[in-house]
Amino acid sequence: MAGTLEFSPDDRYNAFITTCSTAPFTDGALAGTAVAIKDNISTAGIQTTCGSKILEGYVPPYDAYVVELLRKAGAAIVGKTNMDEFGMGTTTETSAFGPTQNPADLSRVPGGSSGGSAAAVAAGLVPMALGTDTGGSIRCPAAFCGIAGLKPTYGRVSRYGLIAYANSLEQIGPMARTVEDVSRLMSVIARYDPRDSTMLDRPYDHQPSAEIKGLRVGIPEEYFGEGVDPRVGETVRDAIGVLEGLGAETVPVSIPGMRHALAAYYVICTSEASSNLARFDGVRYGPAVDTRKSWHEAYQDLRLELFGAEVRRRIMLGTFALSAGYAGRYYAKAQVARRNIHQDFERAFREADVIAGPTMPTTAFRLGEKSDPLSMYLSDILTVPANLAGIPAISVPCGRVDGLPVGLQIMGRQFEDERVVDTAYAYEQEVRA
Amino acid sequence: MITESDIEHIAELADIGISKDEVPEFTTQFNAILDYFEVLDTVEGESAPDAGIVNVFRDDEPRPCLTQEEALANAGSTENGFVKAPRVM
Repeated sequence: MAGTLEFSPDDRYNAFITTCSTAPFTDGALAGTAVAIKDNISTAGIQTTCGSKILEGYVPPYDAYVVELLRKAGAAIVGKTNMDEFGMGTTTETSAFGPTQNPADLSRVPGGSSGGSAAAVAAGLVPMALGTDTGGSIRCPAAFCGIAGLKPTYGRVSRYGLIAYANSLEQIGPMARTVEDVSRLMSVIARYDPRDSTMLDRPYDHQPSAEIKGLRVGIPEEYFGEGVDPRVGETVRDAIGVLEGLGAETVPVSIPGMRHALAAYYVICTSEASSNLARFDGVRYGPAVDTRKSWHEAYQDLRLELFGAEVRRRIMLGTFALSAGYAGRYYAKAQVARRNIHQDFERAFREADVIAGPTMPTTAFRLGEKSDPLSMYLSDILTVPANLAGIPAISVPCGRVDGLPVGLQIMGRQFEDERVVDTAYAYEQEVRA
Repeated sequence: MITESDIEHIAELADIGISKDEVPEFTTQFNAILDYFEVLDTVEGESAPDAGIVNVFRDDEPRPCLTQEEALANAGSTENGFVKAPRVM
């Protein structure tokens, strides 16, 4: 049943940067299913900008491996979704193509950085989409828009063709209205690829099961503490009560390294970004650099004009954190903090099979509310630990506060993405019934 | 404390242009963020390589890759099959 899908959505939320009016598809598990792709994932023949002017007009000559897998499974690639510039943001407002609105409330951000993917799914423009998650960029917009989204275990999905921001943290993952669809999409994209040398050959072939009797759910006190809106905490505790009703038992756990998590995360991601983004110089791709100027002058002028303020701020922070005299204080300490957090989770997972808490400390912010960078960074506190530890984490809708969606986050042991999916699926099936 | 001249120096190192108006704003924001990073001074433990990690190698065998035309398709300025960059000297 190969064919062509006509796609002309009413994109009133500015969810897309590029749409494909006719999308060819082949036979397969996802035959004819419209799938949207975050705009930092390479798509052969379709413009890929990372939400930045510095890649405006860039048309990749090859597909990312996940896109190749989607095409082989019969998916119709219908467009590229809006995002914070290079994934650097929690609101999708740093996009050079304008902010995306949250379909649940037009005065609110959809979250970020995969805000376009989340809004496209929440608005019903596509049933599923790919996002990427470096410090919460799949789970945050999933929570804010009221959909499901999985950050897979680090090393489970190929990053070949993903335009790098912070390699040691980021993963591509599935977003959809239901956990079942998240799982279906995960089955397609989680396949071994030798071109990503950080991968392990652990394909995902799983049918979600709602049987969670005897499951030990760890509740970390740090996820319900200062900075977490008490009404969000209450909503999430109610959702955990639903899991208990299904036969799960709760156990208290602790992640003491959380107090260092956010600082460690921002040191590591900006350091990696400062190196990764050096390649955007207008020579091999993107609007052309002025070759008549001298080297430094030409690059500085181009990057001032075409990179947004948040991207330049993070490149500068990373450059500083790695510079002589400071690397020991920032980068080296951040790596120790990262290992401590990983060990905290290992310890907690001896007592618990999964760990549950809120995805975000609040509901969706108002557009323009997070104008100060540090206050935006602080809102990532509950999502970055999973990236630092490399563990799988899913966000599933679990109710509303003041009419705005709240996400229940479930984290699991490395390579136990299946258990995380099953727990979210059990919750979703129970509340739908 | 990071000063305005530090910010200009970091921008220079990173080849990131910064406009005169942005310097005071970036300086204030950097200081707030670096104050927050001070929590890392309380991290305990020493840096040690993770155990159980292995390098992934492969033989250096030629494989299909992009054609020259594909590789140059997105370059803004080319000459005789090469990309053209600004003068270094």
